[in-house]
Amino acid sequence: MSGPWCFMRAGGAVALEAVPDLPLDALRAAVVAAVGAGRRLGCWCGDGAGRVYAVLVDDAAGQLLVARAPLPDSYPALTPDCPQAHLFERELAEQYGVVPVGHPWFKPVRFHRRLTPGPDAWGRPDDEAVLPGVADMFTVAGDEVHEVAVGPVHAGVIEPGHFRFQCHGEVVFHLEINLGYQHRGIERAAIGGPHPRSMLQMEAAAGDSTIAHGWAHCQVVEALAGVAAEQPALDLRALMLELERLANHTGDLGALAGDTGFLPTASFNGRIRGDFLNLSAAVCGSRLGRGMLRPGGVRFGLDAARREDMRRRLERAGADAVHSCRLLFATASVQARFEDVGVVRPIDAAAAGLVGVARRACGHPADARRDHPADGRPGPAGPAATAEGGDVHARAFVRFAELQESLRLADGLLQRDAAATPPGALRCRPRPGHLAIGLIEGWRGPVLHLGITGDDGRFLRYKVVDPSFHNWFGLMLALRDEQISDFPLCNKSFNLSYCGFDL
Amino acid sequence: MITALLARLRQGHHTNRFPAQVPPLPDRLRGRPVVDSTLCPPGCRACADACAVDAIAIGADGGRPAPRIDLGKCLFCPDCSEACPPKALRFTNEFRLATSARGDLEVADGRVYALGRALAGRIRRLYGRSLKLRVVSAGGCNGCEVDVNVLGTLAWDLGRFGISYVASPRHADGMLICGGVSRNMELAVRKTWEAIPGPKVCIAVGACAIAGGPFAGHPEQCDGAAGLVPVDLFIPGCPPHPLTILDGLLRLIGRIEDQAAPPAPPAG
Repeated sequence: MSGPWCFMRAGGAVALEAVPDLPLDALRAAVVAAVGAGRRLGCWCGDGAGRVYAVLVDDAAGQLLVARAPLPDSYPALTPDCPQAHLFERELAEQYGVVPVGHPWFKPVRFHRRLTPGPDAWGRPDDEAVLPGVADMFTVAGDEVHEVAVGPVHAGVIEPGHFRFQCHGEVVFHLEINLGYQHRGIERAAIGGPHPRSMLQMEAAAGDSTIAHGWAHCQVVEALAGVAAEQPALDLRALMLELERLANHTGDLGALAGDTGFLPTASFNGRIRGDFLNLSAAVCGSRLGRGMLRPGGVRFGLDAARREDMRRRLERAGADAVHSCRLLFATASVQARFEDVGVVRPIDAAAAGLVGVARRACGHPADARRDHPADGRPGPAGPAATAEGGDVHARAFVRFAELQESLRLADGLLQRDAAATPPGALRCRPRPGHLAIGLIEGWRGPVLHLGITGDDGRFLRYKVVDPSFHNWFGLMLALRDEQISDFPLCNKSFNLSYCGFDL
Repeated sequence: MITALLARLRQGHHTNRFPAQVPPLPDRLRGRPVVDSTLCPPGCRACADACAVDAIAIGADGGRPAPRIDLGKCLFCPDCSEACPPKALRFTNEFRLATSARGDLEVADGRVYALGRALAGRIRRLYGRSLKLRVVSAGGCNGCEVDVNVLGTLAWDLGRFGISYVASPRHADGMLICGGVSRNMELAVRKTWEAIPGPKVCIAVGACAIAGGPFAGHPEQCDGAAGLVPVDLFIPGCPPHPLTILDGLLRLIGRIEDQAAPPAPPAG
């Protein structure tokens, strides 16, 4: 199995000469074999210079497998043999006009023009605007069948997306989701970088995952430059990552409570989430962690007094959060709404390549903090939190378990001798002709960044894969045969990112 | 039931008392920057060069450089203040940032920062005590949405001011927009605005909605809402602190009118 691949670690870089250059059919076969052997397709993307790169994530071995192949204008689609490639292949077609022949549901992903000059994969004329959401949708015909269309503007303070439910009475046969409304051109803008604005844009790839995306970007730039951030800086990044997880898990468990009509936990958690956001602000001035990370280091340090103050506040907020969530899980009416709703079967989760919380809720223990540790120390002790059932309850329960673990991890990090003055950012000048991969377990799941430099040491290609890219399909699966009224609950149990997907 | 009641007692009461009292702010919060150009070394443009989003222009004050910061573009990162060894440019904890005009979002030495004014006349009479907003998220990072949403939690309780977010433009008195308006949301933003019955207000929250934020100049988006709809209130930040947003909203409906310093935050 080792034959066709270059093996590397998350946060590592390799010279491009070391990446095997296979014929496309050999790469295709190698991907199918690797996914069949339990690895996950982390990325399948073009480089804009006539090649396609495959990244396989091997969680058990803590390794990443990379290989590449020349890319013709069309090729036999991977998706029929490897379903988790389905969005990557649509993205490849949208970005570079490459048609995966035999793709079972071939439509645009983000609704934009291709990144390089050339013919459009769908034959759309150059002089016509690409309109968002204009694509085929599944339809269901028959008596008493109806369609519910929602969005792009939604009924709350929510990002935009278009949802189409095929219903029979209250029962949803199928949910299809069209995204792309948040597309800001992040990957296109990164080409020729790193630019002065690149870090700021990566922090804003998904604002609720500022640290996860920011850190993954730092990993790429540092690995390309061949520098390693110092341990105190890594500890501070790890602390910020856990605070980000605490705030989001707390907020979403509260929102799940709200969607079941259980106001106590909804109210408490809404406030406690703010307590965790304020802890991030205590470190760097921004509740989302903006400005904390920079390639080569971090911006702010923590002296002993600030660490002690933060520990006190963390303990108080943590005790309130655990108390509030216990109430949620001890309330029968809530449990009745959580259980057996929005089920994703483990076999489907594996086939679709789901990641993060949604995957752990199907009993699969992958967690990049453990499998691909980034902070220079072994990952958290013990196995990752998992649950069985793949339903709303399982996803909520995994989050509660992770919340409690994050409290311990953050407290432990606050007890370490973090630097009082910020560990100064090391100078990072990417080497030419290298490929690097960053992989950080954000609160939704693994955030993967991939950077390839050209001969000038600038980004030839920069690829961002938010966990939402893998998981939106999971939400579609979860809605099958559910009541349409259960959509908010199912949706919140995933709480996926639109902007992280749309880039 | 008794468990829930006991939990309520244990969790306590946390709604802050703004505007009567300013809740504690993080000491490292980067609020409104100040410039003392008497400290600027001759010929220096380090702050402007350090800014990745071109938010700083260097004018001339006699022979000295005079930095002018456009808070509409500013992401409130510390790049400029770190690049300024004499500390001529530094961030303060001042959270009040919202303005009524795009041009008011400028910080310069000797310039008075004009905070947002209340709506006038009939529209104030209509909405001063009840303002229903349709929130449209269009091409940002969901960061501003996070802090817009927070105002609805019990820690802030936006409803006590008669302000709430509504689920349809037909029910709304105005639009609150986050994000630089991606091309893929342009039509939806226009349609939402048209669907709101007049008179109506538009509030732009965050650097993206004001000027495109970190994505300014990208052809995939419109560099903010002002090119599409008339904006009545600009709330800068990336994202703005919830208190900055609340302060702006309360100024708009005339609940806060003073331009002077608010009561000092309590210790802690």
